[in-house]
Formats: sequence, structure tokens, C-alpha cells
Amino acid sequence: MGHGSVTAGRQSISFRRRSVIPGFGLTFGLTVTWLSLIVLIPLAALVLKTTELSFERFVAIVTAPRTLHALAVSFGISFAAALVNAVFGTLVMWALVRYDFPGRRLVDAIVDVPFALPTAVAGIALTALYAENGWIGSLLAPLGIKVAFTPLGILVALVFVGLPFVVRTVQPVLADLDKQYEEAAASLGASRGQTIWRVVLPTIWPALLTGFALAFARGIGEYGSVIFIAGNMPNVSEIAPLLIVVRLEEFRYADATAIAVVMLATSFILLFIINRLQQWTERRTTER
Amino acid sequence: MSVAEIAPPATAPARVIRQAPPVHTEPPAVRIAIITVALVFLGLVIGLPLVSVFVQAFAKGWQTYVAALVDPDALAAIRLTLIVAAISVGLNLVFGLVASWAIAKFEFTGKSFLITLIDLPFSVSPVVAGLVFVLLFGSQGLIGPFLQANDIKIVFALPGIVLATVFVTFPFVARELIPLMQEQGTSEEEAAISLGASGLSTFFRVTLPNVKWALLYGVLLCNARAMGEFGAVSVVSGHIRGLTNTMPLQIEILYNEYQFAASFAVASLLALLALVTLCAKTILEKRLTREH
Repeated sequence: MGHGSVTAGRQSISFRRRSVIPGFGLTFGLTVTWLSLIVLIPLAALVLKTTELSFERFVAIVTAPRTLHALAVSFGISFAAALVNAVFGTLVMWALVRYDFPGRRLVDAIVDVPFALPTAVAGIALTALYAENGWIGSLLAPLGIKVAFTPLGILVALVFVGLPFVVRTVQPVLADLDKQYEEAAASLGASRGQTIWRVVLPTIWPALLTGFALAFARGIGEYGSVIFIAGNMPNVSEIAPLLIVVRLEEFRYADATAIAVVMLATSFILLFIINRLQQWTERRTTER
Repeated sequence: MSVAEIAPPATAPARVIRQAPPVHTEPPAVRIAIITVALVFLGLVIGLPLVSVFVQAFAKGWQTYVAALVDPDALAAIRLTLIVAAISVGLNLVFGLVASWAIAKFEFTGKSFLITLIDLPFSVSPVVAGLVFVLLFGSQGLIGPFLQANDIKIVFALPGIVLATVFVTFPFVARELIPLMQEQGTSEEEAAISLGASGLSTFFRVTLPNVKWALLYGVLLCNARAMGEFGAVSVVSGHIRGLTNTMPLQIEILYNEYQFAASFAVASLLALLALVTLCAKTILEKRLTREH
């Protein structure tokens, strides 16, 4: 692509501002083409495949008890795990930003482990830990608490994969918060609790919600770390992504497709909400 | 941070007049409690699982560990993982550079929508990512019959594994580059072009050196995910031993056969890769913040 297309572009394409830098047509075209080939067309194929199903059939698959249970397990436990992460992630983040303690840098780096550690590795490691003969499982067994191969195990796995989303979303916002607001609140007579509740929390709140939503979204789609520890009992500890795999292995493509479309639609809705939350976070931080 | 606040020598006399110093931080007891809870939580959720990978890997001694890694199926899995990662990281590297040039160096309508679309694979379940390629290229798929007639294998073969991996790692490089290149603006490129440099030499001699650390950072994260991807690859691979098993799939097979030590041995390689990636990330982040 040479000069011809660039000058032609200048006259015909009005959606872009003029620039002396070359290569817009080429790079924009390649980007959209590659994006379409790898992401958009395959996802469209999934939707297209669903339209082959009659509406009644689609509803029958999605409202079958086993599907509903799997969706409920995925959504419910992801929500619980995101809540756990919102609470403990905030504490971890607070300690990392505001306090100095030995090994703080190492602890800060460790928060990213769930991002980098393959999910299958996390899955078998957590299972080995929380099984009845594992390091933690053997401590919990006398108390009558079973974690591995129960829904509680799914919670543990989803807390693992979701934690960095909360910490890494809120951390920069708290780090950027100018201490003078807290000092002003304190010198005006606010107690530390009031200052945190009325000054700090409103500022980090949008970021905290974003982190929660990111952890929740990740939990719904998570597969690798969960299937080892879940026990995978239909209607009890079977997650929706696993049910898709099960249906696929039974060559019930229609069932797999229908469940996948429901999950894809949820991802889109969550992506939209997360985008909105991120815009809110940005507004909140630039206002200050 | 607290030293400067508590005892600035110049304002020391003023402290005498002030009655009760305002509270800027939590009482020591609360501070210690928060640090303790944070450390215990991180230790239980992240630290212990990480340590246990290596402990379990060596539970039956060095010989078992080495034997598990030189097993032909394990070697084949390692080889396949390296091939898949090399291809998908290469593709995403080129795509990341091309996409960030278009997005960061030009102003056009629909830009933020395009960025959202690039980020899309992050929010799609890996299983769904694998499924879409089965629905496209599988024997029941949309163009499956055509592929079968021409004897082209995509699903349950290397191309399918690469496609699924490229899908899930799609945003990694672009995501690191776009914000940085947007922040750097276009003035340096405009200067180079108006001094007579060609577009390509501007890219290689002005833009690329400016973003090299962010690029390396994106490539590292992309590689870690590519080598460790499980869900998407599991759906498209068909689990053919020695042929279409990547390392994460080999871990699953060994684990389900109760060969725990061997399973953790393969897992320890991926855990090591994760640790190396994180170390490099920490170093690169320091470099990136220093250069700004």
C-alpha cells in the first residue's frame, strides 16, 4: 500500500483526522481483518449455529434442571468468590499501599501469581492442599469441613483466580489519592474511621466495584482451576463451562452451543458494565 | 513516608502549639492486624499452592522427577507447547504492533469500540473460545465437510490448538502497547516524517525503541498464558497422546491416572515459567516507570 491509497483515503474517508504519519489504511485494515478472522467471525459462528435451533428447543436446553444448576453454581459461587476477594483484596491492597513491612515488595509480586500460573497447575495444587490428606484439608477434616470435591472447593479456586483483579484495580487509585484530603478531614476533627468511610472509600469505590466485576466475570468463565477440585457432581458441583465440555463429548452440539451462547451473552453484558465502571473510575480520579 | 510527616525540623516548634495531632493513619494495633490478615490470606490462597507444586513434584525423589520429564509423552507435550507458544506469540506480536500503530497514532471515530473488541477475548470463557473453533472446523461444523473433503485437519490437530491459543492471548501485546503509545503521542514520528524518513524507518527507528520494554512485557505475559492455556486447548485438542497434548493437558492426564508426582513434575516446569515471568515483569515495570 503506497501513497495512492493514503491520498484516496484522505478524500473519501472522513471518519479520521488528517495526519502526516503514513500507514493508517494498511494497519487499520490489517487490524480489522485479523480481529474479524480470529475473534469476530468465530464468535458470530457460535451465534449463527444457535439460530439453527428452534426457540422452544433453545429454551428447553437452557431451562433443563442440569443446565440451570450448572449456571447457578457458576454464577453463585463466582459472586461469592468476588465478594471474598473484594473484602480480603482490599485489606491486602491497603497493607501494600499504606504500610511498610518486611517483604512488602515480595508480597506485592506474589499477588500476580494467579495471572501467571497456568490454571491446570493451580487446580491440581489446590486440590492436593485441600484434599482430606492435604496440608490444609487434614486440618479441616477433624472440624467436619470438606473443601475438595464440594462447592466450597470451587469457591477456593475462584478466590485464587480472582484475587489479583481486585488488588490490581484498586491499588493504583489508592496510591494516587492525595493524602491532603485525609489530613484535611482529620484536622477538621474527623476520626480515622470517619475519614476512611467518608473520604477514602467514596474515592476507591468505583475501582473496587470494577475489580469485583472483573473477578466475577473471570470466575464465571473459569474452567482449568475448578474442574480438579470441584468433584464435578451434576446438579451439585458442576460448573457451566464443564457442562459445555460434557455435552461436546457426548456429541450433543446443540446443547453445548446453547449453553455457550448464554455464557457469551453474559460476558457481553458484564463487559459493558465493566466498561461503564471503568469510565466512572476515571472520572472520579480525574475530578480530584 | 511517615518520617517526613512526623518530624519536619523546621515546623517542630509549631507542634508544641497544636493540641492533638490529627490522625493520618490507623492505630498500630489495627495496622498490625491488617498486615497479619493480608499475609495469612495471601499465604493460604497463593503461597501454599505455589510451594506445594514443588514439594509434590519432588515427593518421590529426584529420579521420579527426572523420569517424569524425560518420558516420551511428556517430551512430546513440551515440544508441542513450545511450538504452539512460538507461533501464537509471534502472530500476536505482529498484530499488537500493527493494531497499536493504527489506534495510537491516528484519530478516528469508533476507536474506543475497536479497543473494546480487541479486549473481548479476555471476557470470553476459554471453553467457549475452544468451542467456537470446533463449531467452525469440526466434522459437524460450518465448514467441516469442506475441510474433510480436502483432507485438511484443523480441529484435533496443531492448527486448531494454535487458533484457540491465539484467540485467548489476542489482547495481551496490544493492551500493553496501546496506552503507552497513546501517551507518547505523535510528535516524534511527525518530526521524523517531515525530516524525510520513510514510514517504515520511522517505525523501526523512532517508535519501536520507545516501546521496546512494554513490548517485551506484553510478549512475556502473552507467552506465559499461551504455554499455560488449558480450557480452550482442551476443547480443540482431542487429547491424542504424544500428538496433540500440550503440557497443561499432559498434567491433567497424569493427574487423572493418579500419577501425582509425574503430574506435579510437569506442573513444576510451568510454575517455574510463571515465576520467571513474574520476576521479569517486576524488573521491566521498574524500568518502565524509571523511563517516564
